[in-house]
Amino acid sequence: MKDLINTNASQLAEEIRTNKIKKEEVFSFFKSRIKKFDPVLKSFVESYDQPVKGEGESSLSGLPIAIKDNICIKEKKVTCSSKILVNHIAVYNAEVIKRLKNAGLNIIGTTNMDEFAFGSSTENSCYGPTKNPWDITRVVGGSSGGSAAAVAARLVPFALGSDTGGSIRQPACLCGVVGFKPTYGRVSRFGLVAFGSSLDQIGPITTDFVDCANLLNIICGHDDKDSTSAFIDVPDFTKALNGNVKGLRIGIPKEYFSQGLNQEVKNAVEEAKKIFEEKGAEIIEISLPHTEYAVATYYIIASSEASSNLQRFDGVRYGVRAKGESLEDLYTNSRGQGFGDEAKRRIFLGTYSLSSGYYDAYYLKALKARTLIRKDFDQAFKKVDVILTPTSPTTAFKIGEKASDPLSMYLSDIYTISTNLAGLPAVSFPCGFSSEKLPIGVQLIGKEFDEFTLVKLGSAFQSCTDFHKEIPKINYE
Amino acid sequence: MIDKKDVKYVANLAKIKIASGQEAFLEEQFSKIIGYIDKLKELNVEGVEPSRGAHITRDVFREDKVVPSDCREEILKNSPSREGDYFKIPKVVE
Repeated sequence: MKDLINTNASQLAEEIRTNKIKKEEVFSFFKSRIKKFDPVLKSFVESYDQPVKGEGESSLSGLPIAIKDNICIKEKKVTCSSKILVNHIAVYNAEVIKRLKNAGLNIIGTTNMDEFAFGSSTENSCYGPTKNPWDITRVVGGSSGGSAAAVAARLVPFALGSDTGGSIRQPACLCGVVGFKPTYGRVSRFGLVAFGSSLDQIGPITTDFVDCANLLNIICGHDDKDSTSAFIDVPDFTKALNGNVKGLRIGIPKEYFSQGLNQEVKNAVEEAKKIFEEKGAEIIEISLPHTEYAVATYYIIASSEASSNLQRFDGVRYGVRAKGESLEDLYTNSRGQGFGDEAKRRIFLGTYSLSSGYYDAYYLKALKARTLIRKDFDQAFKKVDVILTPTSPTTAFKIGEKASDPLSMYLSDIYTISTNLAGLPAVSFPCGFSSEKLPIGVQLIGKEFDEFTLVKLGSAFQSCTDFHKEIPKINYE
Repeated sequence: MIDKKDVKYVANLAKIKIASGQEAFLEEQFSKIIGYIDKLKELNVEGVEPSRGAHITRDVFREDKVVPSDCREEILKNSPSREGDYFKIPKVVE
């Protein structure tokens, strides 16, 4: 069969539209790649023999797409890669699934993740870690690691992930693909299993910005079923493709280039900055002075919200029930056996932060720190149109390397979490490779609801670079 | 500093049973994390309003309209134990 991996999704859809290829052939092509490579990569939780078929028409109709295992697809398993939900069947479609189906996309399966999206490596999955297609001894990042790996290895043309503190951007960075977190409220969270409700956002993982723009066009927009969904018009993001970036002001926050940043990553990000400069953008040094408090603030707020959201998993209505003589035993045993270690740590931290006597010192204090972090961005955006930073301080680390040290794992999200606290849109895309041929990503952060400018800059970058066209030679191929 | 008593107290609030032998492990990791987030103590937030979310600036209303949600059976099917149209749990009232 024709080799479809060097074609982006939008071109593939065009070939389906013009009858050069049948959509069934496209489905079987990717299905056969999953069969060939996924026994080693483990990027999928489940890949369907028959796709969940869409019906409408769009610029992407006929294509298969993979969905992170925390988004509800009616009558299919949604497990959040957790033992406690391992047999759970979704009873309704998430709003994004409805939109994908109405746009004629076909769902090919669900992808692996850190349990309940708690993690930055996809090692906290009850199915085991996903392997990085660039080096299978390394992690894929997380928590949307299955989606990022599947797209990077071209097991599927594109996928959806969710991002609470970097869970789309960091794995996209470590796998060498484009991962976009829209503004909070831009995409409906209806049908996304809640982790941190004031932070969660669904977004696309694609190989380039053309596919990203087309997918954003489908999933963005108001939904009455999500009360935090924004009443703001959605532009046609494809109009941002190949736009002129001359005169755009790009801020470089000095706090993001200090200690802990790997030299090769720093160099690649500096090169990316130069490319934008050559294209006529203006580079301005800025400061986000409360950056050093972002990780602590985030882990208090996200864990507090998680501990509250995960109270519903009690062994009564969902998933797995452990034995218990009394109702109390049933709860504590089901939760004790059903949740993995990281889920327990987060629930503990959140419960502690919200508990009587500690609420003011932790939770309330973190909410105030969140205000200061947001104000830093407000100030910065008076001077610049976007902010450019590294996505992750390092390239993909070894599987197991940080597993016993949760704190060092938390710090790998240092450049991505502030944008969730501020609700801003941000995207990671490939900007180079390390000497070990591991992908490096750069992040652009935009003003609230200004995804358009991010797409414009990202596509301008990709029009004169080829990093996004490199495909991992999976070393057992 | 976090000690065994704190871990037990939080585990009880969170309704999570800790497997025997896991207490020390959880205590150590939990202490480390709390030690790190205590960094916030040095931050002065006097006069700063808390932010609860991102851009949300208004309440959202909609018409209180009845819409069918015909999925009772599917919901019950997900339960580990049921009797008829009810979730089944151990006896609560003596």
